[in-house]
Amino acid sequence: MANSPVTTSEDSSGLMAKAIKEGLFAGLLAFGMFLLYVGIETYQNIDNKLVWRTRWGLLAIFVIASALGRFLVVGFIKPHIDRRKLAKAKAGIPEISSEKGFFHTHFLKIALVALVLYPPLAIMLSGVQGSLKFVDNFGIQILIYVMLAWGLNVVVGLAGLLDLGYVAFYAVGAYSYALLSDQFGLSFWILLPLAGILAAFWGIILGFPVLRLRGDYLAIVTLAFGEIIRLVLMNWTEVTGGTAGISGIAKASVFGIYSFDVGAPNNFAKAFGLPMSSAYYKIFLFYVILGLCMLTAYVTMKLRRMPIGRAWEALREDEIACRSLGIDTVKTKLTAFAIGAMFGGFAGSFFAARQGFVSPESFVFLESAVILAVVVLGGMGSLTGIAVAAIVMVGGTELLREMEFLKHVFGDDFTPELYRMLIFGLAMVVVMLFKPRGFVGSREPTAFLKERKAVSGSFTKEGHG
Amino acid sequence: MTSGTQTMNKNTILNVEHLSMRFGGLMAINDLSFQVKRGDITALIGPNGAGKTTVFNCITGFYKPTMGMITLTQRGGGQYLLERLSDFEITKQAKVARTFQNIRLFGGLTVLENLLVAQHNKLMKASGYTVMGLLGLGSYKREAEAAIETARQWLERADLIDRADDPAGDLSYGAQRRLEIARAMCTGPELLCLDEPAAGLNPKESLALNVLLNGIRDETGTSILLIEHDMSVVMEISDHVVVLEYGQKISDGTPDHVKNDPKVIAAYLGVEDDEVEEVIHEELDGSAH
Amino acid sequence: MEYFIQQLLNGLTLGSIYGLVAIGYTMVYGIIGMINFAHGDIFMLGGFAALIVFLILTTFLAGIPVALALLVMLIVAMLVTSLWNWTIERVAYRPLRGSFRLAPLITAIGMSIVLSNFIQVTQGPRNKPIPPLVNDVYHFGDVTISLKQILIVLVTSVLLFVFWYIVNKTPLGRAQRATEQDRKMAALLGVDVDRTISITFIMGAALAAVAGSMYLMYYGVASFADGFIPGVKAFTAAVLGGIGSLPGAVLGGLLIGLIESLWSAYFSIAYKDVATFAILAFVLIFKPTGILGRPEVEKV
Repeated sequence: MANSPVTTSEDSSGLMAKAIKEGLFAGLLAFGMFLLYVGIETYQNIDNKLVWRTRWGLLAIFVIASALGRFLVVGFIKPHIDRRKLAKAKAGIPEISSEKGFFHTHFLKIALVALVLYPPLAIMLSGVQGSLKFVDNFGIQILIYVMLAWGLNVVVGLAGLLDLGYVAFYAVGAYSYALLSDQFGLSFWILLPLAGILAAFWGIILGFPVLRLRGDYLAIVTLAFGEIIRLVLMNWTEVTGGTAGISGIAKASVFGIYSFDVGAPNNFAKAFGLPMSSAYYKIFLFYVILGLCMLTAYVTMKLRRMPIGRAWEALREDEIACRSLGIDTVKTKLTAFAIGAMFGGFAGSFFAARQGFVSPESFVFLESAVILAVVVLGGMGSLTGIAVAAIVMVGGTELLREMEFLKHVFGDDFTPELYRMLIFGLAMVVVMLFKPRGFVGSREPTAFLKERKAVSGSFTKEGHG
Repeated sequence: MTSGTQTMNKNTILNVEHLSMRFGGLMAINDLSFQVKRGDITALIGPNGAGKTTVFNCITGFYKPTMGMITLTQRGGGQYLLERLSDFEITKQAKVARTFQNIRLFGGLTVLENLLVAQHNKLMKASGYTVMGLLGLGSYKREAEAAIETARQWLERADLIDRADDPAGDLSYGAQRRLEIARAMCTGPELLCLDEPAAGLNPKESLALNVLLNGIRDETGTSILLIEHDMSVVMEISDHVVVLEYGQKISDGTPDHVKNDPKVIAAYLGVEDDEVEEVIHEELDGSAH
Repeated sequence: MEYFIQQLLNGLTLGSIYGLVAIGYTMVYGIIGMINFAHGDIFMLGGFAALIVFLILTTFLAGIPVALALLVMLIVAMLVTSLWNWTIERVAYRPLRGSFRLAPLITAIGMSIVLSNFIQVTQGPRNKPIPPLVNDVYHFGDVTISLKQILIVLVTSVLLFVFWYIVNKTPLGRAQRATEQDRKMAALLGVDVDRTISITFIMGAALAAVAGSMYLMYYGVASFADGFIPGVKAFTAAVLGGIGSLPGAVLGGLLIGLIESLWSAYFSIAYKDVATFAILAFVLIFKPTGILGRPEVEKV
């Protein structure tokens, strides 16, 4: 991995020598890095004493894989990519074609139709009970992240304010629903907007003192606030139930007409003479979260075309210029914070209604990091890109839970779930390295005189905060 | 060209009195007083480090002056003490717009969007602070179209109409300068403050700038205060010149008056007056024609 | 009063560890303006390296003097974590240098997830207890000072002096400061910027490894999840002291350590982290660039 200059000569023997050298170096490096952690396993024996044993075989695999990988990258893959780039440049073909196909221009409509048809399709393919997995684990799980990421997108993607504690508002929404439905017996449909408003209110309270801070100072304070809220939820046992959380949270109903409680006279399945199954509730929830996502997308798209949304984006580009144009940047930041928080609150109360259980465990920093990663990997500001990122990252890791067949390959001790976050982290790194501006790097202008031209990502800034 | 009057009257849009600004131990501006007449193009000149940009930052609220009073009188008679307002309020209420020495555009927004952002306050009101606009109520739609029309007019004036839908960051340097001025004008200012608008422009672009500025003065009645290094621009378009050196005013008057002022010549060349008087005469004459 | 002094000592010890980790954050931030989120996990890796070396040493060389064992643990941990941090910078951060600002932040968060999960997968999710290395305690009236506390504060002080010397008095330090000021200009003047940044990462990792080893010695336990909370606290310390400032990082670390132990002693253990974070927010609101940070002048 020495920092050698790019060789332009096609001298393959020189290239091979270089590849072998770098491969050996990578192997040596891997040996040093993995010797202790992979080569040696620590475990507690029967006396609860920490002992160790060696795993030379596994270490050898790691070292050889690193060396071989580096050798292949330097010797074959990189020259191949360079050659392709060169050929492309010679042919003069622009990297991005401006023509859009039918699928591209109607992407949103097609996606929406596909999502609406998703639950019936799942039932058709795997029966009512079998559809549960698809609708709940993939459908609802991904859509919650889509909604959260779209909400955070207002703060990070549009206004350019780096918020590392977004999960706090998710928590506020979830606990608002859990506590208020428990204490006052209010229904989901009343508490959903209320949870959003409460979260927005918290957004303003937390945002007001800190929005003067710039850049990474803002990031660390938002992270701190996120942790404070989690720690309070964890320790204020009388109200929040502490680490045990709150369970038995009321389910959402079909606007009070049909209930999903098994004993209720207006139970959904009974009313339609269907066999009892928890799948109906999940399918209902799927449409609820789909609706919430649509609302988020609609409001975001609408706001972008309004003065407030333009002010957010202008703020991301240049705060001083904004002030010189008479824009109250503090208020503008606060609205972005509050609106982002509100969507987080909606998602939170939905989460509580879906799980029937909330605990501080669900609102750790890692969640904020995952949501932020989805926003950045998707391409800041782009709703489509973010949705794609959520599907790839969240859906991909959910998929790992399903990979039972890997047990047959690697043996019964192999639990694919253990590797879920490891792979998630690696994917974050790899996607960023190849697409630093995310899947969709360009931005759609909010107004145009003659034609709507996407603005290349190389012009947009990422904000200072 | 009129001669600079030192008395405060209805024709004075900006009155700077005893302005001082101190950074730590450094006195960047020391007891500076001058006036800007309504409808004039007033130039603020001086050698590097004379404190010109600091004066601008005090007027537009980016710095809080250590001492002094800056009074802005609007056409309607409304008066504002600028040193008491924060930066965005100065633009919003007192109607003073500015540009920056190192251009500050919204590079990732299109040229048109840049001009729409400048009409933020007007549009916010029309959209009922977003609420009405979100619900599709009120006059927002009409106002939004009017805003695009205003933007179109300024784009035509600034000769940027063909680039309206391109990202602002993609424009050439001269075009960026003109866009920044057009953007400032979209806030509907009574006083426009330009920080070195001609810096880095080639002669052709410089000429286009002069046309734009003269147009602004003559057709919109907006008063202009500008900082400039390029003497040809200063002498050609300004009605009134204020010369700063080391944070103090050393001369104040018509371009003719100023360019013959020995103090100014000394300040610019840093040598004995009579030695270079001829040279500077030739230079100024040459560039004025 | 004795109780107070006791808590002060405990806070000082903890603060020393935070300070060492905070230096790594602050140096990396200073030189490339990036929050190295994985730094807390580098600290955790350091602790694990020390733990594994300790186990090996006690198996093969049962009668080895404690001082020698500690020295070997420290050196190996420093070497291994330096390798890791060097590689991480090379693979995950350098290609993104000068690109979109959030991209390296995301790869850093990704790396943090990778590292903690890597240890979870290879070493198991359970806490790893080790027998106490240093048992001696000294009594001064009602105040108890343990030898490990003295060791921690002593090692920290020595390392601080060494690092202060490197940054302020050596050509390497000059290269680092030049790169910090203006990377392009430094490169034009013949500073090998890539190398300087690599060395900065290695230095940060070495300090984190020392901190990790001492954390292990102090608490007698290591866990794959130990990177996050101490990491965030150390970063908080760096920000509190004024990010980019070396003395600031140490001061911030000591402050956080003191707040934590005094709050636990007099108010409640449960809310000690809340107190830490709340004080951070409070300080930043009134002094937005931290205690020793240079005030940011808004360039117009």
